[in-house]
Amino acid sequence: MGQTLAEKIISAHSGGPAAPGELVIADVDAALVQDGTGPLAVRELEKAGKVQAAHPERTVIFLDHASPSPRKELSNAHAILRDFARKTGVIVSEIGEGVCHQRMVEDYIRPGDLLVGADSHTVTAGALGAFATGMGSTDVAFAIALGKVWLRVPESFKIELAGSFTPGVYAKDLMLTIIGRIGADGATYKSLDFTGPGASGLTMSERFTLANMSVEAGAKAGIFAADAKTKEFLTEMGRPGDFSPIAPDTDAVYEKTFTFDLGKLEPTVSFPHTVDNTRPVGEAQGIKIHQAFLGTCTNGRLDDLSIAAGIVEGKKTAPGVRFLICPASRKVYRAALDEGLLGIFVDAGATVLPPGCGPCVGIHQGVLGDGEVCIATQNRNFHGRMGNPEGFIYLASPATVAASALAGEITDPRRA
Amino acid sequence: MDALNRAKRAMPLAKGRAFKFGDDISTDHIAPGRYFHLRNDLPKLAEHTLEDADPTFASRVKPGDFVVGGRNFGLGSSREHAPRVIRECGVAAVLAKSFARIFYRNSFNVGLPALVCDTDGIEEGDELEVNLGSGVIRDLTKSTELRFTPIPDSMRALLADGGLTEHIVKHGTFKL
Repeated sequence: MGQTLAEKIISAHSGGPAAPGELVIADVDAALVQDGTGPLAVRELEKAGKVQAAHPERTVIFLDHASPSPRKELSNAHAILRDFARKTGVIVSEIGEGVCHQRMVEDYIRPGDLLVGADSHTVTAGALGAFATGMGSTDVAFAIALGKVWLRVPESFKIELAGSFTPGVYAKDLMLTIIGRIGADGATYKSLDFTGPGASGLTMSERFTLANMSVEAGAKAGIFAADAKTKEFLTEMGRPGDFSPIAPDTDAVYEKTFTFDLGKLEPTVSFPHTVDNTRPVGEAQGIKIHQAFLGTCTNGRLDDLSIAAGIVEGKKTAPGVRFLICPASRKVYRAALDEGLLGIFVDAGATVLPPGCGPCVGIHQGVLGDGEVCIATQNRNFHGRMGNPEGFIYLASPATVAASALAGEITDPRRA
Repeated sequence: MDALNRAKRAMPLAKGRAFKFGDDISTDHIAPGRYFHLRNDLPKLAEHTLEDADPTFASRVKPGDFVVGGRNFGLGSSREHAPRVIRECGVAAVLAKSFARIFYRNSFNVGLPALVCDTDGIEEGDELEVNLGSGVIRDLTKSTELRFTPIPDSMRALLADGGLTEHIVKHGTFKL
């Protein structure tokens, strides 16, 4: 019987054909923790007397959520993680190097890999044809120490994509539409296979945006076949040898299939306070904003910055609007510098932040005031997400965010 | 508080009050990001448990009580601190119509039972009696009875050992 991408990869890591619903002990190729989840992982390993790493060269600790640290407690948390790395030989991705998910796809993950991460957006790496999933600190702690994890093999949904985007519509609009259709818990415990001509037509950056937000539909993973574009991306990242092709079998069995025509989409916005609360941008037109945020593991890559810079070039951010730009990694930051994008943003009155998670997690660098409204390219708009339960977050594409920053209110980028 | 929790877990029968919440309670409601700096101090972080859903929860909850949610309880981030602070408050179990995947897994990893059942009939303040062994939940206030979906064997094994760390310490590897 044919296999989905999740079944294929889990089978290859658990010594046999893995059928949905089965519990397997799988070998882990790579693991990550970040500064919010890592210290607890370290504490559990200390408690168990297992301060060790099975694959230190592919275990990465990211100092990205509080980067640089705004408080002594977080500086101390960073110290705990650096110390663990010294003892075990695992890699530390220092402050300013970027968001864990962006850095994992740039430097560490290969098609066919099995990655676990103590961060829900670990699913991002599925875009490279890997099985990548988020777990808690303790699960990942023992995945680091033992090189193994237990998994329930997920059933899969097929996300069949056709057509191509019309001007002003982007991968973020597609993913918000998908989540709006499936619902925030519609794919709970399931793995998504993104397939069809619309999927192969997407750039790697667009695929990362889609895979990244799979978890917002509840999914355990969101996976693309590894194809010529994957190979090209890995070559650009300086690791062409890491490529190998992988695709779902044509007779793979899917629990459900959802079909989307990219050509029929509109710019889409998620209204507070859930990601599946999606509406066409027209219904948000005119909502006054106080902050616009461009960045994160969802939409902080070079193409995202480039689209936004194209919209704001030679113009000014609306009075009273804070426009925050946060490149997802140092690599992206450097390229944006070279291409003059950061200069365009600065001239438009925006504030450029160091690579990292920025204001998305509500720790620092753009916490909302009471009653304030932010339009953001991030993946979550939960109550309190940006540090204040009295704030309101709308999610949208980089183009919609940039157009809104100029107008001072949520704006259809096709009007900008 | 931890010892009390362990003792409670050892007993198949737990009795306490229901704290009722709606659908889509996220880990940001449970352990808000603005307290990120308290993550290495669980008792302090636990003072803010569920603060963004009910600011009075942490001061009112007593050991043995139950958190009762609706659909998709615990959605969002992977932060294991979410079930940990709920357990730190002495909560005996979380009941919900459905759970987000990572929260569900994390709960059993930290020794907090997450029970799937129809919570519509349960109201804030109801006295509940939960029998982990038989799968029966009795609402003593309403004199009604319901059953929770059986806990998967793997999760039951983790619970019996007191969580994943204790499981690994005991067996040296996964015995699920």
